Amino acid sequence: MNKAGERLLNGIVKENPTFVLMLGMCPTLAVTTSAINGLGMGLSTMVVLALSNAFIAMLRNIIPDKVRIPAFIVVIASFVTVVQMLLQAYVPSIYAALGIYIPLIVVNCIILGRAEAYASKNPIIPSLFDGIGMGLGFSVALTIIGAVRELIGAGECFGVRIMPESYVPCSIFILAPGAFFVLSVLVAIQNKVKIAGEKKGKDMSKIGSGCTADCLHCMESGCADRTAPAAEKEGE
Amino acid sequence: MSDLMKVSSNPHIRAKATTGSIMASVLAALLPASAFGVYNFGFHALLLIVITVASAVCTEYLFEKGMKKPITITDFSAAVTGLLLALNLPPNAPWWIGLIGGVFAILVVKMIFGGLGQNFMNPALGARCFLLISFTSIMTNFDCDAYTGATPLAALKSGESVNIMNMILGKTSGTIGETSMIAIVLGACILIMLDIIDLRIPGTYIVTFVIFITLFGGHGFDKAFISAHLAGGGLMLGAFFMATDYVTRPITVKGQYVFGAFLGIMTGIFRLFGPGAEGVSYAIIIGNLLVPLIEKYTLPTAFGRKGGKKA
Repeated sequence: MNKAGERLLNGIVKENPTFVLMLGMCPTLAVTTSAINGLGMGLSTMVVLALSNAFIAMLRNIIPDKVRIPAFIVVIASFVTVVQMLLQAYVPSIYAALGIYIPLIVVNCIILGRAEAYASKNPIIPSLFDGIGMGLGFSVALTIIGAVRELIGAGECFGVRIMPESYVPCSIFILAPGAFFVLSVLVAIQNKVKIAGEKKGKDMSKIGSGCTADCLHCMESGCADRTAPAAEKEGE
Repeated sequence: MSDLMKVSSNPHIRAKATTGSIMASVLAALLPASAFGVYNFGFHALLLIVITVASAVCTEYLFEKGMKKPITITDFSAAVTGLLLALNLPPNAPWWIGLIGGVFAILVVKMIFGGLGQNFMNPALGARCFLLISFTSIMTNFDCDAYTGATPLAALKSGESVNIMNMILGKTSGTIGETSMIAIVLGACILIMLDIIDLRIPGTYIVTFVIFITLFGGHGFDKAFISAHLAGGGLMLGAFFMATDYVTRPITVKGQYVFGAFLGIMTGIFRLFGPGAEGVSYAIIIGNLLVPLIEKYTLPTAFGRKGGKKA
């Protein structure tokens, strides 16, 4: 289970899909108008991510390489439909608030990215925990963004009034521009921490870029830059 | 050795103007409008102006201090931003509106993008729109001790008649610095005489706006309607002091005409067909965003190149 724990930590901290890999920006920016919406979106995505990762890992030797993307989409879309129906049945308020972004989980690049980069090459258990870790990282990020936006934009957190009565809500923060403000500031803080850590000599190489220097043997993320080091070597 | 014999690289002719001297002139040119605002709306307007300017200048100082960059508050650009923002606030706005606005203008719109010369939109207007969206009810409430009721433009939009003489003098409700057409034009004349701004952008802006209002305003060429639209709202302040901002206007001559015409049309669309009565701020901000595009297509052909062919 050591591998499973490593995958969890990787998803939440080292390769946090939102703050580090910058994946899934569309739901991140669109649904985080309140903490509960962010949490709902994050958990829905996590369920889909974990199940589709496990399922794709199970089928990884059966799916022909040439049609793997359509096959992944079919698997992911099935789980999204299940999640969508469950949400509609049991938490209609969140279902209404998230709206079109639930079916759009199908094309969430985190899910397809993990299927392609991890689940299609690894056994079931690590893939499952990779999905849970990535999903938790996504949930944590969305909940933090949602909480900050709700706190500044409405004076509340999870629907509970926190700011004093005299506080005038700065409503731009629950509108679209607020998402960009909050996300950029959180990413800036994250990078600041990373740079400060590097100065102290800690190995922070995997926090921030989500990338090891050796792209050729990198199995970690959906990094598209695999051919670059080879080209450099030829140049030398 | 005489100066003529010295060999140096260009530029060979230098103007004496510096950023500081230009910004100081702009501050001076804004004095009539500010003074009239204080006279018109009372002490609270003065307080707001002071807080907003102080907030803008302090933010720039603290940011540069914290980031260990050269301190640039002595070039007065932050003060100009703060003053322009203050002139765009309602006279009875609470003091913290000025504080937040000043911080947002300098920190988010200007310094984050690299400071003076790098900002992609006018900091004062960026902050004004930020405040307008965030605190809509405060920013659109123009009731104060001196005046109650709708601004002239809002009255005009709902079909009521307005007193144009009062609008030109400035004895109406509105933001601190926008009401008096006379004070603003006086300041603009100072800038034009000092050769700091020219009439290309404001002229095209106002002429295009008049044409647009005449065509689509539903009143035809009605002198009263048109002059009310010219004197009302932020048009004069925007045209002479905001649209001409060196950083966020096009640098090509042709581009400046295009820019002015675009602003005129956008302001007309916002005022006539938009939900609000005002539109100058949004028009100029959208114009600012299009400046790189405008510059790209109005780049003059270099001397010696055949017409139309670009490198």
